[in-house]
Amino acid sequence: MAKTVRIIPRLDIKGPNLVKGIHLEGLRVMGKPEQFARYYYETGADELLYMDVVASLYNRNSLHDIIMRTAREIFIPLTVGGGLRTIDDICEVLRAGADKVVLNTAAINNPQIVKEASREFGSSTIVIAIEAIRQPDGRYLAYTDNGRQHTGVDVFEWAKKVAELGAGEIIITSVDHEGTGKGYDHHLTGTVAASVPIPVIAHGGAGNKQHVKEVITEAGADAVSVASLFHYDFIAGHRHQLELNAEGEGNIEFLKSKRGYSKIEPIGLKEMKLYLHSCGVDCRQELSEIQ
Amino acid sequence: MNNKRSVAIIDFKMGNLFSVSHACEHVGLFPVITSDRKLIMECAAAILPGVGAFGEAMNNLEKLNLVETIKDFIASDRPFLGICLGLQLLFSRSEEFGEHKGLDIIKGAVKRFPEKDENNKLVKVPQIGWNRINIKKANTALMNGIDNEEYMYFVHSYYVLPDNAETTLTVTNYAGLDYCSGVHDGNVTAFQFHPEKSARKGLRIYYNYKNIVLRRNKHNG
Repeated sequence: MAKTVRIIPRLDIKGPNLVKGIHLEGLRVMGKPEQFARYYYETGADELLYMDVVASLYNRNSLHDIIMRTAREIFIPLTVGGGLRTIDDICEVLRAGADKVVLNTAAINNPQIVKEASREFGSSTIVIAIEAIRQPDGRYLAYTDNGRQHTGVDVFEWAKKVAELGAGEIIITSVDHEGTGKGYDHHLTGTVAASVPIPVIAHGGAGNKQHVKEVITEAGADAVSVASLFHYDFIAGHRHQLELNAEGEGNIEFLKSKRGYSKIEPIGLKEMKLYLHSCGVDCRQELSEIQ
Repeated sequence: MNNKRSVAIIDFKMGNLFSVSHACEHVGLFPVITSDRKLIMECAAAILPGVGAFGEAMNNLEKLNLVETIKDFIASDRPFLGICLGLQLLFSRSEEFGEHKGLDIIKGAVKRFPEKDENNKLVKVPQIGWNRINIKKANTALMNGIDNEEYMYFVHSYYVLPDNAETTLTVTNYAGLDYCSGVHDGNVTAFQFHPEKSARKGLRIYYNYKNIVLRRNKHNG
């Protein structure tokens, strides 16, 4: 029997706002994360991934309050990352209601924290994010701080190492593809998925539903993280509400201008899952919906 | 704590108890997160949750004087629910990091998923994600409104193997292996999956649990 694949909306957070960038930079304000989260939960998200995208720069994760509120009303797994450095940081986010935490910078700087954290909280609580940038010679190197900081670490070696150290999952981001809508990097995702005995989440580059299907069927991803496709779909349906709420930080000009994004073909979670189901990909549907 | 909706969430210092607590509140139960024997024994129902290693969990239960408490609570015939590691701890023994003794309330063993499946393909362990449950006991009140083959959320590397197949409530397939993902025996029910993380259908199980607790109280005056 085929494995059941998870579809995970990714919510990048800056301050109080949901944002979306290209190549993990050039952030646009999309709206209030709570509204998106609730909608994704109600339409069949398998899990939610929250990333504080500026936390690394300030060495703090500011998602505590958002997670606390979300955990009371959303009954699917919540994964939280960004700026988590120590066992105490992890503990605090778990206490706020997160089920899993994502480490990147902290793990690269001190791989032993992966071992320590997985022993303390259980392997399945520790997700390692790897931000990969393809080099001119074809190698993939791991970066930190949203693709800004070069580490010189080889992605495929690093993936095997974190699995050995006790990580429960890997989320592999193609920084080159992220936010571009040109599809996932199959070589990157496939190589990692085939080389580690733990689940691998693909992230970065979905422009349409076919891209999501392909990274599952062709690259063997165990789960797929999707941002733009779902965000733009939600915005299209809830533009009026969002305009009233989006204020404060960042670039909200794009919301005011009502522009979409040319390479993105927005789609809702329900439609996405029905499409995957029709392609023979097993993912959770509430049975009443497909009968 | 003399309340007919009170449910003790047994705290042995491992895992995310808040999500279990939130789910209880959501369906109208009054959860109390505690490791205090007196408080637990006063509650109308109890839940044993938990995420982490089996051996460490048993050590903590012993240190906190919870082994006898759990056995006494179950002997009092009040509704008892185990979740994830809370299912595995009810079994006789586990092979996680060596051999460990469990609570021995349900006879059987806890085993690790194989590293390769029958086609010699790498098995991803832990299983993290949604999977189907096949319900073996159709008339169990806790499964009211839950369809056969419904998806629930799983996170685990080990699975239970009961000696008596009659105790199996649900079966799930992972990596080609059909394994027991839920047990039911008298007032004890336990699941390998996390109903509190399984969206609406999981909450339905909590709602059924509340109804069982309330109904039992009514009968007992």
